Amino acid sequence: MKYFPTIGIECHVQLSTKTKLFSEVDNDARGKEPNSCVSPIDYALPGMLPRLNGEAIKFAVRAGKAMNCEINKSSRFDRKHYFYPDSPKGYQITQFYHPIIGAGFVELPSGEKVRIEHAHLEGDAGKLTHFGSYSLVDLNRVDTPLIEIVSMPDIHSAKAAHDYCKELWRLMRYAKVTHGDLYNGNMRFDVNVSLAPEDSDELGTRAEVKNLNSFRSVERAVEYEIKRQTKILEAGERVIQETRGWSDATGETTGQRSKEEAKDYRYMPEPDLPPVNLSAEFIDEQLADFPLMPADYREKFKGIIAEDTLEVLLDYPELMKKLGELPTDPTTIKLVSNLFASVLLAEEKSAEYLNDLPDKKQLSELAEMNEKKELSSTATKEVFLRLFDPQMKGKDTKAIAKELGVIQENDLGALEAIVDMVLAKPETKKAQDDFKNGEEKVIGFLVGQVMKESKGKANPSVAQQILREKLTK
Amino acid sequence: MKIANKDISAVSLVKEALEKAKKYKDYNIFISMNEEAALKEAAEIDEKIARGEKVGKLAGVPFALKDNFLSPDGQTTAGAHILEGFKSPVTATIVEKLKAEGAIVIGRTNLDAFAHGSSTENSYFGPTRNAYDFERVAGGSSGGSAVAVALDIVPFATGSDTGGSIRQPAAFNGVYGLKPTYGSTSRYGVVAMASSTDSMGFFTKTPEDMDLLMSITSGQDKKDLTTLPDFYNTSESKEVKRIGIIKDFDNESVDAEIREALKTKCEALRNKGFEIVELDMPVLKYALAVYYIIQPAEVASNLSRYDGVRYGFRSEDSKDLDSLYEKTRDEGFMPENKRRIMIGNFVLSSGFYDAYFLKAAKARTLIIKEYEDAFSKCDFILTPVSSNPAFKLGEKVNDPVAMYLEDLMSVSVNLAGVPGLSIPAGMTKAGLPIGLQLVGPRRSDKNLIEFSKELI
Repeated sequence: MKYFPTIGIECHVQLSTKTKLFSEVDNDARGKEPNSCVSPIDYALPGMLPRLNGEAIKFAVRAGKAMNCEINKSSRFDRKHYFYPDSPKGYQITQFYHPIIGAGFVELPSGEKVRIEHAHLEGDAGKLTHFGSYSLVDLNRVDTPLIEIVSMPDIHSAKAAHDYCKELWRLMRYAKVTHGDLYNGNMRFDVNVSLAPEDSDELGTRAEVKNLNSFRSVERAVEYEIKRQTKILEAGERVIQETRGWSDATGETTGQRSKEEAKDYRYMPEPDLPPVNLSAEFIDEQLADFPLMPADYREKFKGIIAEDTLEVLLDYPELMKKLGELPTDPTTIKLVSNLFASVLLAEEKSAEYLNDLPDKKQLSELAEMNEKKELSSTATKEVFLRLFDPQMKGKDTKAIAKELGVIQENDLGALEAIVDMVLAKPETKKAQDDFKNGEEKVIGFLVGQVMKESKGKANPSVAQQILREKLTK
Repeated sequence: MKIANKDISAVSLVKEALEKAKKYKDYNIFISMNEEAALKEAAEIDEKIARGEKVGKLAGVPFALKDNFLSPDGQTTAGAHILEGFKSPVTATIVEKLKAEGAIVIGRTNLDAFAHGSSTENSYFGPTRNAYDFERVAGGSSGGSAVAVALDIVPFATGSDTGGSIRQPAAFNGVYGLKPTYGSTSRYGVVAMASSTDSMGFFTKTPEDMDLLMSITSGQDKKDLTTLPDFYNTSESKEVKRIGIIKDFDNESVDAEIREALKTKCEALRNKGFEIVELDMPVLKYALAVYYIIQPAEVASNLSRYDGVRYGFRSEDSKDLDSLYEKTRDEGFMPENKRRIMIGNFVLSSGFYDAYFLKAAKARTLIIKEYEDAFSKCDFILTPVSSNPAFKLGEKVNDPVAMYLEDLMSVSVNLAGVPGLSIPAGMTKAGLPIGLQLVGPRRSDKNLIEFSKELI
């Protein structure tokens, strides 16, 4: 029997707000001492009450918009109880009953749509590091704002699971709500996988693989689960509903605890926080000059930028923004997008460059010069990279190219004069004779001489043309 | 309790309070004293006055803190073993405001552990005795604060009232006790009991003192998002015409002498030209049931943080994480704390949430509505605080339901979030104080206190 996989994904996104979700403590603990970004509210001293970070609400509105979601005008917080040292309060403050972000969808590069069930705001937990006989607790991450994005079970392959996670990562960065640093756990994925016979309308029993932090491990874990569950079903056995862990090293998932004995979280409305009521004006204000999203760019550059190039560039919101600012003529877009993809991204310092891109005038001038053949393709790359020099900021591209001395000589009269000069030189005599005797390849030597004479500014193909004309006359 | 003028020094006021506290040591009013710091603060205030500097409205006035208000003045135990030795780095907003006006903490008063109880017998530090009868309970949970004021040790003390914890001990000891409108005073820095009904208030000897304290401490606090913008100091006085009494509360289960006291006060009010209105409030009989679902649920949640990991007591002989939790919480909590944790977790557990917590939350809305309706018919309501005067120590300790019934007439006020003021209303023949409760609409606190003067 053939089995059909169904996958649902929960994604936690750490928001890059200045302060934590419920206290005024620095939310950026990168490179800081353990337990140094913690207030009495975060470590749950008696009598402490949560405050609500308005910036996190604004971020949630933007994140919701990025996923084409309804923004709920009224939302509430709830307490989710469990005992573990990563949870100082003994509960997590989350939005179980009334989330801030309602239904929406995410469009994958393939055009498939994955519906979003809802997304809610909540506080992150602390971090435990286990040693032999003890564990260390770091509460720096406690109550870092998270949004948890819950998808509908619309995903049916490992590839689509990968693409969905990657697209979410892009959307959150385009909406500027997260640093999106996967290595540091800014986004984490819990993946539910179930298999059902191909002709069945019902979903099979699912296993959940928790805490994946790369698109590749999402893809591999789903592939593994599909194989594992297929084997179980083919053997006539039942899949157990459980939480499983993923190991990048072994490429396998292993059972952790079964859901049957899972904890009862005893949800309760959070009495210390009033409901969050948003006016239509407030929401509009947050969405004024909302940037274009990847799907918008796909539409905009369809048929202009090659699909695979575009998918590479879409990982960099800064580059897409710049492309969006350029004049819409296809030649400019094509040239600049190619320079971005094949020159800029190949540079060692490309990450630094992303934050300070040349202005649109410089780039369109560059495209124009290239189009007019004033710059060879090598010269175009050279000038392009030169534009990233901080001293070149705002400078004319033409002036920069001139300074570099790479503008091509396209003036036929001038070029003819140079060719004549070269042909008059005694040392080219032999090559000229050889060419006339049918030795084609010596033309390269002659073009080289013209280039040398013109200090590299001659357009080599034009030079060759003139040489041929003169020698065959 | 106005500014300590030059005739009485702050130091002598504080000394006197400390001496009285010592004299009544047997009553077990205080869990800890703040002697050294109090005398130092008093001396500083005297120096300020001597230098002619401006001092606050409460300069040099000694007061007692219920031991669930956080401040760096010694330990904050909440009457519980699990917090024994806990020193707070932060100060409750109310304490901050009182200190800013020059008031001086002389000690921290006894309470039922985590304010769970109506007699102060659930304290890890033993029961507090009634100011009028050493063999009887102080009431609770703010028993220590009520007795400290009743015995004139201090002119005022702080209290927290979740279901009657200020009003009932005030009634048992013959002093004024105010549970203000929910949100008028900040809960920040007070060990939480049930967050949606916890209200911070005071014990005083006079309505005037109560007014002064409320004018100082009410108002919005950005550290407590449930606080309301200050309405107390902007209240306009309102002419009071009609006083409501609740028919259902006039029955055999209420002590005859308390019912008599209520009638006497009503008669006096009629003679002063006030109209007495009989109110039908049938929903109130569900208030206790609703309260004993919502309150334990919030209690269970709020007590989750006491796990022995970060502060307070930690059991010595735990061998792994689970036993650390189990032993610390087993040894650290009192039986009544555990009872409420179990009830609370039960009503919140999946499968029971809708039947208990959600239904109780809906019934609570009806109670709020019932009070709104009542206040369309009258200005204030006058009721007993409790069914009986102070009972004997040990009398109800093994009967939790009898103890819960103590809250019968006080809890609906907390569920509705309206203010309730316990006022002294005479004595029983046996010499025990009787208290009555004045209840007003939300935000009527100032007028409520003002009106209580009519009942003196």
